[in-house]
Amino acid sequence: MKFMLLIWNNPQNWDAIPPSEQQMLAGDAVAEHAALDAALIDSGELVVSAGLADPVTTRMVRIRDGIVASTDGPYAEAKEHLVGYYLVDCVSLDRASEIAARIPDARWDRVEIRAAMDIAGLEM
Amino acid sequence: MGRTGDIEATLRELTPQVLGALVRHYGHFDACEDAVQDAQLDATVAWTERGIPRSPRGWLITVASRRLTDQWRSDSARRKRETTAAAMQPTEERLPAITEATDSADDSLALLFLCCHPSLSPPSQVALTLRAVGGLSTAQIARAFLVPEATAAQRISRAKQQITAAGARFHMSEQERAHRLGAVLQVLYLVFNEGYIASSGPDPLRVELTDEAIRLVREVRRLLPEEGEVAGLLALMLLTDARRPARTRPDGSLVPLAEQDRARWNRALITEGVALITETLAHARVGPFQIQAAIAAVHAEATDAEDTDWAQILALYDLLAGSSASPMVLLNRAVAAAMVHGPRTGLDMLADLDQDRRLSGHHRLHAVRAHLLEQAGDRTGARAAFEEAARRATNIPEQRYLHAQTERLAANNPTHK
Repeated sequence: MKFMLLIWNNPQNWDAIPPSEQQMLAGDAVAEHAALDAALIDSGELVVSAGLADPVTTRMVRIRDGIVASTDGPYAEAKEHLVGYYLVDCVSLDRASEIAARIPDARWDRVEIRAAMDIAGLEM
Repeated sequence: MGRTGDIEATLRELTPQVLGALVRHYGHFDACEDAVQDAQLDATVAWTERGIPRSPRGWLITVASRRLTDQWRSDSARRKRETTAAAMQPTEERLPAITEATDSADDSLALLFLCCHPSLSPPSQVALTLRAVGGLSTAQIARAFLVPEATAAQRISRAKQQITAAGARFHMSEQERAHRLGAVLQVLYLVFNEGYIASSGPDPLRVELTDEAIRLVREVRRLLPEEGEVAGLLALMLLTDARRPARTRPDGSLVPLAEQDRARWNRALITEGVALITETLAHARVGPFQIQAAIAAVHAEATDAEDTDWAQILALYDLLAGSSASPMVLLNRAVAAAMVHGPRTGLDMLADLDQDRRLSGHHRLHAVRAHLLEQAGDRTGARAAFEEAARRATNIPEQRYLHAQTERLAANNPTHK
């Protein structure tokens, strides 16, 4: 089954951490992400993963009444924004949770797990 | 079929035989599989240019053997490898021993059993079986599971290493084989299921998995004709596959069993499946696949849903629940019980299943409840349950079907269907 692991960042969470600790966590995080990627590639569970650029680089595209409007910059009201994602193919939600718990950001932010819809199904 | 198609078909047919021959002779499953894969690539290039050789099997074995020894020679522990490599040298005397027409079907079967080694997870067993025994390419396997090719390649690679590390042996005793047969049948069932589910999706190539699974079970049955569960699985696959033409509408939506146009069912498959399970049940020791096949046969023999012998189906589910009480079996049993004793009986059984951790939150529990509530006359409750089921569905065709039921039961829509 495929699961999307979405890493949501709220800047307040990071700001609440003392600067000295921030540096250490940030350094570890890089290594931990790399190790997790390698482990998931090795186990054959990784479909795709990526870290996302800062929300200041966001472009928003909307079509209303047939008109394409694109604006630069993040959604002003949003308290959280996506910083990265993993799409994994694994046996169960429990296994996806195990994987999510290895994402370093889970220690100060949150990881949302959602099942990806299959395109085919059984008869009822 | 053009030359490319001929080459591909030839390679698919011969790969398991070639791999089987090599593993039987050299052991080292992972190294042999790598070598055979390389030989396949060489063959694709060479045969496209020069045509398929007179003895393609011999050609592949020769090339793969050379690849194997080349690889060993270039490994770092040079001195030790040289001794081994010399022993591995495909000398003139040695090659005929490998290429002689031993029962290649036996080799393929041994390979199938090898791929279902218990140290592998079921998805790994499936991937490796499709590769080594089904002869599917990595790209085809990736497509079957809707993962990137690199992911599929890694799964297969890791599975091969695990098999070798586990010291899995090509030659198994009768006892070991009997023990392993259950895992083999499970893997083939998974392959079939993957293809059958995919038949409601947009990719027809994934549906080839059902044909592949049926082909492999037939192979197993040819070599183990006395095994009741092998026959049972084959019958179950045939009877299930028979329904494939009726289970989706042109727009891709799902048709429930009760509403399927049975004139579209494949009669040849039904005839074969019913005959097979009837004959098997007469003499073999009963098992879960045989019971499931018997249930499918009862459905297949009914002209329509109302005509179905639900009492017999209920009895069969009671039997099945005794030996393999999986959540889906219990759910289906509740449906059958409702057909025999009325919806209230089925709903009471579902209340028990509410406590089953394996089923909690599963959309089908809500869907069955909805269906039974509607039969009991509770349209409001049914609609709410269909809505709950639709929200929890994790595949699109079933979700569409469930949404359609909530539409149908909308307060201001009194008509049925």
